[in-house]
Amino acid sequence: MADNLAPAGAPHAAGEHHADGTTKRDFLILVTGGFAAIGAGAMAWPFISSMNPARDVLALSTTEAEIGAIPAGAAVTLMWRGKPVFVRHRTPAEIEAAAKVDMGELRDPQADSARTKAGKQQWLVVVGVCTHLGCVPLGQKPTDPRGEYNGWFCPCHGSHYDTSGRIRKGPAPANLAVPTYAFTSDTQIRIG
Amino acid sequence: MSIGLHNSEFKNPVIRWVDSRMPIFTMMQKEYGTFPTPKNFNYFWNFGALAMINLMIMIATGIFLAMHYTPHVTMAFDSVERIMRDVNYGWLFRYVHANGASMFFIVVYIHIWRGMYYGSYKAPRELLWMIGVVIFLLMMATAFMGYVLPWGQMSFWGATVITNLFSAFPYVGDSIVTLLWGGFSVDNPTLNRFFSLHFLLPFVIFGVVFLHVAALHITGSNNPLGIDVKTPQDTVPFHPYYTAKDSVGIVVYFMVFAGLVFFAPNYLGDPANYIPANPLVTPTHIVPEWYFLPYYAILRAVPDKLGGVVLMFGSILVWFILPWLDTSPVRSMRFRPIAKWALMLWGVAFVVLMYCGGKPPEGIYVVLSRLATLYYFAYFLVILPLLGRLERPLPLPESIAKPVLRGGGPLPAGAMTKPMEKA
Repeated sequence: MADNLAPAGAPHAAGEHHADGTTKRDFLILVTGGFAAIGAGAMAWPFISSMNPARDVLALSTTEAEIGAIPAGAAVTLMWRGKPVFVRHRTPAEIEAAAKVDMGELRDPQADSARTKAGKQQWLVVVGVCTHLGCVPLGQKPTDPRGEYNGWFCPCHGSHYDTSGRIRKGPAPANLAVPTYAFTSDTQIRIG
Repeated sequence: MSIGLHNSEFKNPVIRWVDSRMPIFTMMQKEYGTFPTPKNFNYFWNFGALAMINLMIMIATGIFLAMHYTPHVTMAFDSVERIMRDVNYGWLFRYVHANGASMFFIVVYIHIWRGMYYGSYKAPRELLWMIGVVIFLLMMATAFMGYVLPWGQMSFWGATVITNLFSAFPYVGDSIVTLLWGGFSVDNPTLNRFFSLHFLLPFVIFGVVFLHVAALHITGSNNPLGIDVKTPQDTVPFHPYYTAKDSVGIVVYFMVFAGLVFFAPNYLGDPANYIPANPLVTPTHIVPEWYFLPYYAILRAVPDKLGGVVLMFGSILVWFILPWLDTSPVRSMRFRPIAKWALMLWGVAFVVLMYCGGKPPEGIYVVLSRLATLYYFAYFLVILPLLGRLERPLPLPESIAKPVLRGGGPLPAGAMTKPMEKA
């Protein structure tokens, strides 16, 4: 089509040949196409952006909780960003078990001290979502199976986590994630 | 070329491979590339393409709005406010969608007017025209149901008034209205079904637009002279001539659209719709959106419930038989000295009705509405049938290539004929 109409020899206002064989029309087509592409991209951006979390969703991205009443050995599940967060009050035996593990044994090597706050080692706070495919592992309730390492056990595909929430056995590739959190007082925690 | 494969003319091996098995590239080339199109289009012929683009904008923004909207009477209003305040670019989608509806009607009204002025409804394009009227009716239904979704006061009372139109029909009216509502008033079931249908109908429109275009590509386009294409000299290929001309129109259209969205996003809307729906209080002055005002004026011009409803629906249904009401064989109003002014006056009547529809139904506005309604129907039912016999049309040009337009001097021969021979 277009090459039909590009002047082949016949002199034409829009098609003066330059030395290299390009015409003014080639330039115009390129500029027009370029502007149309930029315009389309500029229009696509708001559509994509609108699918990201809205402002009210972002505003809900912190959760505060009172954890003073949790006895040692027990755990609670909080909700943060629509996901469960496990807060476990660990016994000294559990802390010791987590601390003395040889890093070489771990699939995702991380020291227990790097997963807890200094001086607050009794509190383990992890996102309760299995790093395999997103199920919620068991182990929060006293009656739950806690897996071979006394942490959590994911019933979907059999991943075992230890008392520091680290992956020890099963298909999951990584440790249970530690969210950003802070103790606002000795018994108050703010996640996010 | 193997048996059973389409003999593709494309050189690119990938395109050729696909095209030989599914000649969609050949089809696009035939229908939008080399498609022979009368060479004398003016800018009124942009509006079909503009309507198509507008439909795509409405579907795109609508799908993204639907991701954030909640069709429930207790949550709909707040979910729309959330779209405006919290969702990234939600304000943009909502303003584009709301003003897009207005732009759609502006574009389609001009498109319809173009068809009336240049006689595009006449043989052999009667079916093409009728499919267009179907599209317009679907558009009206879609726009109405969309306006209900924000669940403001005008949404609620607009829905109440418009659905109550059907109660005018004898015997079955009340049952129809209950069926439309899914209850005994406009309520949550109504909102739910309107959301569902508002999502569905644009895709139905898309399908009917396909039929509209399919019919167009059989008869070919009409043109400002209203005479048939006789030789290849009368046409240019659609691309690049009309892709380029449409692009110019699209740029202007986007400028108007952007002006509305960014500088006057609520200019065409009703502030009462920013008040949450209240089934216990009717706003003192109920008006539909501007694009429905002419029909609203016709409804109110008639001092009888059923009569008003029948005339209101009739004002659009009469378009279906327009190809047979207009008995003149001359298509373009350029060559119909009397009918041209009769149509201009019809346009004035349409605008008067639009104006009166936005005013309270009292005093001079009722009188004006009645006069304009009378002329609206007289044009179709009396003037056009008679003019076909009484009017003496001006001589038609021999062909599109030999224009005899007033004031249009001879065209530079080389500029027009050279590319033609190649096409």
